[in-house]
Amino acid sequence: MKFWISCAIALGGAIALAAILKNEYFFFAGYTVLMFIVLATAWNILGGYAGYVNFGTPAFFGLGAYTAAVLFKAFELPLALQIVAAATMSGLLGLGAGLLTLRLRGIFFAIATIALVVIMETLFINWRYAGGATGLQLLRPPPTAPFESYIKMLFVVMAALAVIAVAIARYIETSWLGRGLRAIRDSEEAAEASGVPTLKLKVFACTVSGALMGVAGAPMPMYLSFIEPASTFNLNYAIGALASPMIGGTAHYIGPVLGAILLASFQQIVTVTISNEVNVLVVGVMLVVFVVAAPDGILGLLKKIPWKRS
Amino acid sequence: MEALLKVREVSKHFGGFTALSQVSLEIGRGERFGLIGPNGSGKTTLINCISGALRNDGGSIEFDGAEISSLPAYQRTRRGIARSFQIPRPFTSMSVLENLVVPLEYVQHRGTLHIADTRAEALEILRTVGLQDKAQTQSNRLTQVELRKLELARAMAARPRLLISDESMAGLSGNEVDEVLAILRTLNEAGITIIMIEHIMQAVMRFSQRVVCLDAGRIICEGTPEAIVKNPDVQRAYLGA
Amino acid sequence: MEFSFDLLLEAVVFGVLLGCFYAAVSIGLSVSFGLLDVPHVAHPALIVFGSYCTWFVARYGLDPILAGVVLMPLFFLLGVAIYRFYYETFEKRGTEAGVRGIAFFFGVALIIEVGLILIFGVDQRTVEAAYIGKSLELGDMRIPLRFLVAFGVAVVLMAGLTLYLAKTFTGRAIKAVAQDEPALRLMGADPVRIKQWAFGIATATASLAGALLIVIGPVDPGLDRTYIGRTFSVVVLAGLGSMTGTLAAGLILGITESIVLMQFGASWAPAVAFGLLLLVLGVRPQGLFGR
Repeated sequence: MKFWISCAIALGGAIALAAILKNEYFFFAGYTVLMFIVLATAWNILGGYAGYVNFGTPAFFGLGAYTAAVLFKAFELPLALQIVAAATMSGLLGLGAGLLTLRLRGIFFAIATIALVVIMETLFINWRYAGGATGLQLLRPPPTAPFESYIKMLFVVMAALAVIAVAIARYIETSWLGRGLRAIRDSEEAAEASGVPTLKLKVFACTVSGALMGVAGAPMPMYLSFIEPASTFNLNYAIGALASPMIGGTAHYIGPVLGAILLASFQQIVTVTISNEVNVLVVGVMLVVFVVAAPDGILGLLKKIPWKRS
Repeated sequence: MEALLKVREVSKHFGGFTALSQVSLEIGRGERFGLIGPNGSGKTTLINCISGALRNDGGSIEFDGAEISSLPAYQRTRRGIARSFQIPRPFTSMSVLENLVVPLEYVQHRGTLHIADTRAEALEILRTVGLQDKAQTQSNRLTQVELRKLELARAMAARPRLLISDESMAGLSGNEVDEVLAILRTLNEAGITIIMIEHIMQAVMRFSQRVVCLDAGRIICEGTPEAIVKNPDVQRAYLGA
Repeated sequence: MEFSFDLLLEAVVFGVLLGCFYAAVSIGLSVSFGLLDVPHVAHPALIVFGSYCTWFVARYGLDPILAGVVLMPLFFLLGVAIYRFYYETFEKRGTEAGVRGIAFFFGVALIIEVGLILIFGVDQRTVEAAYIGKSLELGDMRIPLRFLVAFGVAVVLMAGLTLYLAKTFTGRAIKAVAQDEPALRLMGADPVRIKQWAFGIATATASLAGALLIVIGPVDPGLDRTYIGRTFSVVVLAGLGSMTGTLAAGLILGITESIVLMQFGASWAPAVAFGLLLLVLGVRPQGLFGR
């Protein structure tokens, strides 16, 4: 119950901010942070819970974005349906990629996910209807009432998506599904011997993870009024989706949220004031430091502090 | 005793190396069966083929009248074959109790998606192996002996009809060996067929009704414990030519 | 789509030269990932690092390939240090090639790539040598000399490493530790020291591979991303742990890429390595000569 109240507060807060704040920059930045929350949460379902590292976040994210863009260009589909379509396409990609490669060891799956990004990017570079290498310009429709500004609407939409993503992650984590995934991560052989259908569960996690990443990408074309392959299939999405949970903590659904808020905010500040390269360098160093010294992430460190004195 | 498990001409190759060569055996319901052989003779490979961790390259494996060679391991577990691992593989992020909840949920209660009161059942099983006091301990903090008991308990939680104990007693002291033997006996008395792989000869001989000896992937002898011990081929396999 | 036999022949010849180069570039990964099971996604980044080191040293007048050779001992030590750290932090505690190990090497690759950008900038770097810029004419074909030189060095490197692994005591110990670590321990050898040594050698090859890379063409910090597909597809296609397989796989990749480049153009070429990788993983994951 506490969880749902927090969600309601978060969503309500987002709507309130949209009503009150005038400075649009906040909503641009906020949108990015919320988007990384969705990506990090999605990544963690397969990476944190089941232990299979996905380097291919941009493939799922980009496919979602392009699905939305192409459907908008062809049918002027409303945003809500774009999101559903994106979830379906990226979910199917997760299903297919999962069936193909999740039988193999984790490192092979990880490398295969890199392959996905290159293949997706190559496909869209060569597809003229979707804009090819130069990209596609899109004219935004007016924002649906009661929003007066499109970016504020996208901000609230992304906040809702973040809440949904975290709720899904929480459900998986606390249910028998989560226990099975953790068993796979701890010892796949023993899990299989204990009756856990390891392949099915892994493919399930990969499908859900992919679908959520697609959902994170769907509003992007509307956000930018533009889409093109190089920036859509950008490595930064892979880094953010992987580093956020590894730094925040992979065992609990709050970890990716914490990590994403930290990294996305940090990225906004450093990229603007110093450079994107320094941002990536710091993230890289933090990733290595946490993986080596604090494997349970920030959440793990917080747990070690004696909060209660008995 | 009708056969519960029929292994017919099973072979397994790893590249050019033949780990198992046309192994055949039959195990009856409720039987206590011992599997011995020197290191590298193929005992664990055979167990892996039976439990589904590996796919056999040739031959057939029938369990309870049905061919299972093409089934993935988790489905064989659901049909009633459980095994413990030679080197314990606990679910390290979980408590001892939770380790048992996994097979209970996935083997027993999968019809009901919501968690039944598996925790009480898990505690019962822990009591049988003497680990009830460690229920809340994280499984990566257990001693070697406790880990081996957990392996057994986890296999028991799958409520098997055939339980394969893969060197559950390695490294245990005399008393501890007796403890584990007693647990296995109780399970057998409740009707569970048991295959025991062990190096501790006196344990195998005390426990088994029938013993098979493997060497270099082939069965070299089959019979009662007394007959096996006296067999010259067996002695040669263990002590060298 | 025109089909010309001459063009095809040229593509194949080019592909053979390129393929041998790819094999040499991947051989370090064949050892570190194929034999030692280390999820070394930072191997291509180390190669690019090697390219930049070569560039740096070559500015003092040294021939680039010689520079690559001279740097090998330093890279060897770097490799030993990396493996030691990896072993102490991850393998010893049993997490091995799990999430943490993979994430660790990903982080290292990132740090190297971005570090190079910060130090050297994003512009491409090239080197100069007597054989760069000239071509050999063979009938109708013009083969750039630098490719022939790279091909030659690649062959020597691979032959050297294969002989080392087959004939010397340490080399055979390395192959043994990949196959049967407990047996090696029983013989009194320390598996960790052997693996450390092997990883050092693998990293040393990255130095020479980096030199070849910058000889063949301009280098920029993002090049590691192109080569991660190529090196891993070669190693997986070869079959983990097979040195001869690495050569065969490299040739297959080189020739396929060359033909695709000829027929479909440069925009499809990057996908070849990855497409090949996915194909192998889907159809025959143990590769051609897998153990």
